[in-house]
Amino acid sequence: MIVIGDVNYFEPWWVQIVKALVIFGIAFAVLPLLTVYERKLLGRFQHRYGPNRVGPFGLMQPLAEIVKFATKEPFRPRTSIGYMFILAPAIAILTSVAALAILPFGNVQHIFGRTVGLYGIDVSIGPLYVFAFAGISFYGIMLGGWASGSKYSFLGSMRAAAQLISYEVSQGLALVGVVITAGTLSLTGIVGAQGGMWYIIPQFFGFLVFLTASFAETNRSPFDLVEADAELVGGYNTEYAGTGFVAYLFAEYVNMIVVSGIAVTMFLGGWMLPFGIHPPGWVDPIVVLVKMMLFITLFIWVRATLPRLRYDQLMSFGWKVLLPIATLNTLITAILVVR
Amino acid sequence: MTPYNPGADVIEVIRVPAPGPMHSTYRAFGATLKGMRTTFARIVEGPLTIQYPEEKTPVYPRFRGRHKLHRFEDTGLEKCVGCSLCAAACPADCIRVVAAENTPELRVSAGERYAAVYEINLSRCIFCGYCEVACPFDAITMGHDYEMSDYTRSDLIFTKEMLLAEPIERTPLRSEGE
Repeated sequence: MIVIGDVNYFEPWWVQIVKALVIFGIAFAVLPLLTVYERKLLGRFQHRYGPNRVGPFGLMQPLAEIVKFATKEPFRPRTSIGYMFILAPAIAILTSVAALAILPFGNVQHIFGRTVGLYGIDVSIGPLYVFAFAGISFYGIMLGGWASGSKYSFLGSMRAAAQLISYEVSQGLALVGVVITAGTLSLTGIVGAQGGMWYIIPQFFGFLVFLTASFAETNRSPFDLVEADAELVGGYNTEYAGTGFVAYLFAEYVNMIVVSGIAVTMFLGGWMLPFGIHPPGWVDPIVVLVKMMLFITLFIWVRATLPRLRYDQLMSFGWKVLLPIATLNTLITAILVVR
Repeated sequence: MTPYNPGADVIEVIRVPAPGPMHSTYRAFGATLKGMRTTFARIVEGPLTIQYPEEKTPVYPRFRGRHKLHRFEDTGLEKCVGCSLCAAACPADCIRVVAAENTPELRVSAGERYAAVYEINLSRCIFCGYCEVACPFDAITMGHDYEMSDYTRSDLIFTKEMLLAEPIERTPLRSEGE
């Protein structure tokens, strides 16, 4: 038997399936609300209300939009490559959802006499799993842009390749410091190791680098060169309409959730509360979700504030500023821990 | 060697040394935080949107909106005597007046004659207010209503009854100093 998750208790297969469905369901219930939240908050940043017409407080807006997108004509350019054009959004959404599985929403709980971990699976290679799927998710964007058979999409996907690969290096290195300090790659283990102090304090520079690289990884402003609407029409998703476009949109938001979840787990102590408060177990997911919302709010705040970087600035920032800081941070952490 | 002495018409550009890595990092972070503070201040100020169909933009007292015809308040007779001066003054030629004689049995206006037909084609009107200026009896004035869209052009020809009637919804008037 291959042990992919080193857990000290037994979970029957149906519990795993139920957990997978619950996580997927919650994620896809939160996603539409997240789009409304982003647009409403962006509006407030610009003296506007944002969507407030459909339903109470505009909460039904995504429903109306999904209906609109679903009724669009499925269109693809004559120069595109059919099966890849359809496959690419599926890859994008599949990989981002797969990364959701390892986000720990809480400690191991006893529900109805069973021992259940409040996470999809506790893999013993935590961050590596995330980076593996982040690596595959490039293919979603790359293939989508390339298979569209349009030069703007192609330019967008080329930018995506260069940008995502160069920022993944710094992002990974930023997490290495945390892993060294915690001494484990299991995400629940890392959260458990933060009982004394959240890693945002000893690993502050790692946190900054991770945060900055996350903006690039999720293709969010100010690093949204992949979909720079002003120069590239819409980047890799220019030729997509209807459900394919929605798939890319959702993949972007799931990526945002995953990145905030990883940041919460690695730097903000996961389900733990400061000042030695130990709430009952059912509060854990709420704590994690609130912390994730803080990150998502920061993402939106930055999007409302900062203009898009020029492409050479982006590259030189990634390689000349972020990477040295991340490397130094890792080195110093390693020296301090090993000593 | 004499030092370089630019004339009065030469603007001297003073170049500071390029910022070093530490200084430029500080500048970048400082500018970012300043920008974040600026956008957050917009949230604190709150939205400035006017929720149009529910709230309307208030207009100034001299705003020239849809025309109104007036009656005398005491007798209820129309002020318009059908002189057609408004039609003559109208640069867009959108007013049509057909006058008729008042009789003792049917007394409509205070003067000798009254407007049997008074139509304004609002799809042609340019809201210049010359009709208001031309009218010797202040029978026609420009009102404050600006919501006049309709589905057909013929619906935009306003008859005398429509112009005499009070508007269905009042347009808010801008208060002093606003």
